[in-house]
Amino acid sequence: MSWIDIGHIDDVPLRGARLVRTEVGCVAIFRTDTAEVFAASNTCPHKQGPLSEGIVHGQKVTCPLHNWVFDLNTGEAQGADEGRIDTYPVRLEDGRILLDGAAVSRRSAA
Amino acid sequence: MVGEKGEVAYDKLVFGTGSSAFIIPCPGHDLPGVVAFRDLEDTTAMTEAAGKPGSKAVVIGGGLLGLEAAAALRLRGMEVTVLHIASHLMERQLDPAAGYLLKKDLERRGITVLLEASTKEIVGNGKAEQVNLADGTELPCDIVCMAVGIRPAVKLAQDSGIACGRAIKVDAQMRTETPDVFAVGECVEYEGNLFGLVAPLYDQAKVLAKTLLGEEETFAMRELSTKLKVTGCDLFSAGDFADGPGREDIVYRDPARGIYKRLVIEEDKLVGAVMYGDTADGNWFFGLIKDGTDISEMRETLIFGPSYQGGASADPLSAVAALPPEAEICGCNGVCKGDIVAAIEGGATDLGAIKATTKASASCGTCTGLVEQVLSVTLGDEFVLPTAQPVCGCTDLTHEDVRRLIKAQELKSQEAVWQELGWKTRNGCHVCRPAINFYLLADWPLDYTDDPQSRFVNERNHANIQKDGTYSVMPRMWGGMTTPQELIAIAQAAEKYGATVKVTGGQRIDLLGVKKEDLPAIWHDLNEAGMVSGHAYTKGLRTVKTCVGSDWCRFGTQDSTGLGIKLEKKLWGSWTPHKVKLGVSGCPRNCAEATCKDVGIICVDSGYQIGVAGAAGMDVKETERLVDVPTEEAAIEWTTAFVQLYREHAKYLDRPYKWVAKVGLDWVKEVLSDETERRALVERFDVSQSVYQTDPWAERAEPEAARRFQPLADLTLKAAE
Repeated sequence: MSWIDIGHIDDVPLRGARLVRTEVGCVAIFRTDTAEVFAASNTCPHKQGPLSEGIVHGQKVTCPLHNWVFDLNTGEAQGADEGRIDTYPVRLEDGRILLDGAAVSRRSAA
Repeated sequence: MVGEKGEVAYDKLVFGTGSSAFIIPCPGHDLPGVVAFRDLEDTTAMTEAAGKPGSKAVVIGGGLLGLEAAAALRLRGMEVTVLHIASHLMERQLDPAAGYLLKKDLERRGITVLLEASTKEIVGNGKAEQVNLADGTELPCDIVCMAVGIRPAVKLAQDSGIACGRAIKVDAQMRTETPDVFAVGECVEYEGNLFGLVAPLYDQAKVLAKTLLGEEETFAMRELSTKLKVTGCDLFSAGDFADGPGREDIVYRDPARGIYKRLVIEEDKLVGAVMYGDTADGNWFFGLIKDGTDISEMRETLIFGPSYQGGASADPLSAVAALPPEAEICGCNGVCKGDIVAAIEGGATDLGAIKATTKASASCGTCTGLVEQVLSVTLGDEFVLPTAQPVCGCTDLTHEDVRRLIKAQELKSQEAVWQELGWKTRNGCHVCRPAINFYLLADWPLDYTDDPQSRFVNERNHANIQKDGTYSVMPRMWGGMTTPQELIAIAQAAEKYGATVKVTGGQRIDLLGVKKEDLPAIWHDLNEAGMVSGHAYTKGLRTVKTCVGSDWCRFGTQDSTGLGIKLEKKLWGSWTPHKVKLGVSGCPRNCAEATCKDVGIICVDSGYQIGVAGAAGMDVKETERLVDVPTEEAAIEWTTAFVQLYREHAKYLDRPYKWVAKVGLDWVKEVLSDETERRALVERFDVSQSVYQTDPWAERAEPEAARRFQPLADLTLKAAE
């Protein structure tokens, strides 16, 4: 893994998200709690809604376009909807958000 | 009998001389500006005094009437001090612990309470200007309201030689000791008791009527229960709760929630109950007191109320089934279970019919659930109980429950709601979070801070997200009016950011297809040209559609454009349960299509017809007439008060027409017709606007905030290096 420092935890609002542009497309960084972050694809498999604009609750996010709900641990759609978003390794170190660069580079996607 | 114009013979004579307010005979009690709280003249004087900014009121007397006066004056913005002679408030209805909680609640509302305060004198130059207390305290004031009790008016009876004690003595048939002379009301004394509350007086009148008709009837003292008509002070008391030999207490306290309950038991019977903070079981306890039920069997769990008394009554229906016919169901209109059952047997088989025939649940609506349960118990399978829908899977509570509890328990943060109301999830979900966020900011505008992360994307980004992830941007055009300069700025912005231009149905211009990253910049450009957000994306005030009115139109009766602009300038920026659209038409030809708006005003020669609860979306519905007013100021006041009432009571995502259908237009009219309440609503709206009437675009166009609209990082650039 190659951890890339992408910003400070406080750059992401609590129960909110920010976007990171990567070679595999837009990745959303979700902050679900004071010191808890997840990284997943920003794009809803249903109608390509931007998930970083959704309401973040528990360890889940709701798509702003048609209310699909995804578990950020597994990327699986919840309830009656079927689909999955890619999730990426991310961790916190001294308040810095580190994203796995290998997982979001073109080589890994290929 | 001898009157002003000579003698009148009688067969039967009834004294109904009532009572007068007791005025403490201290020096200065007869100065202008010293009023009782008894008649229209008093309340007019109080309203006038409250009209001056920064004015002060002293209320003497901390009983039911005094506290209602104090709360009303405080709502009108006065600085209010309550003087009470006893060591706790409402000492005839409350014990010291409940009195303490009440005092705390009143103080939280900004009312100063001085206990054991003895008034020495009222001084002033030609009118009341200061109250001096026996301990030397001096209280400057603009008005003094004395609410220290009543004195039965008995002078005429005494002078006529009719037997009097503290009042005119009557027997159980309302007869005085003089043949063919009767008395009724606040001027009577029965078995040593005087009367001030309304319920026993109605009983007396019924007995008197029968007696006069020569029929048998006997007056009996009833147990009385008390509630205070001050919003948010939830108290209940009934029976006798003085300490005494042979009496035992059961006390329950939850200091964190401000709840206190005390039951007084004598010889295995409940004789008194005092409750503060949670009074849901009040009527059940009151029933036990009235019926003298033996409570020895349920003594251990008595304080927890009817739902804890054995397996059977845990079901609310069996609790309702067990209520006696005289149990009060609707406190507002004094409707008991027997009345409702009689109405059902007479053919009223749903809530609407019960409302129409008995008035039960037709006022504040808090007893709606109980009425439905009575319907269910009486009709059995014929009645399908409408199941109350919980807000979402995070809770079993309904929107109505949550709104009520947020107010009653003074919950002022989302964390408090989740904790105190037992949310099943860590921090809610996309359904409940926006609703709770709205309820909190609507009820506590000064205490609660809006949480953007509990808002739907459009309200967080202050623009409408489109299906391709771009946004639409719409500047406000006050009343649909614009200028060449504004149009040039809009055209330039459209060109610069590659936007598609669309004229909307709300008389303004939409710029579609703007990228999120460009939002702060386009807002900045439009701000520079003097425009602010049109809030085309909010559950809040959208547009006020107008016609050209008397400025241009040969039929226009009033300045409809001007009124529309004034309304929009007053209401913009406010958050509401759902979107709110207004229309103002200059004449009944109605070119602004005002009759299908949430609030639609039609100008006529004599003034303004205000209609509310129209719809032109999923449902199409004509507005219903709220009121006709003569002036523009009155039209603005009524409209603002209506919007505030909607903000305070409606379920999140109910448009006004849905909300009005639930509470009834009659109730809305009744509340808004009360001038004091109407003004208080406008005042509360203004307080909220002092926080929320700001341009969200200007705030977010600032560089620090604008950064949040950019990606956190761009790893594609790094890779290219």
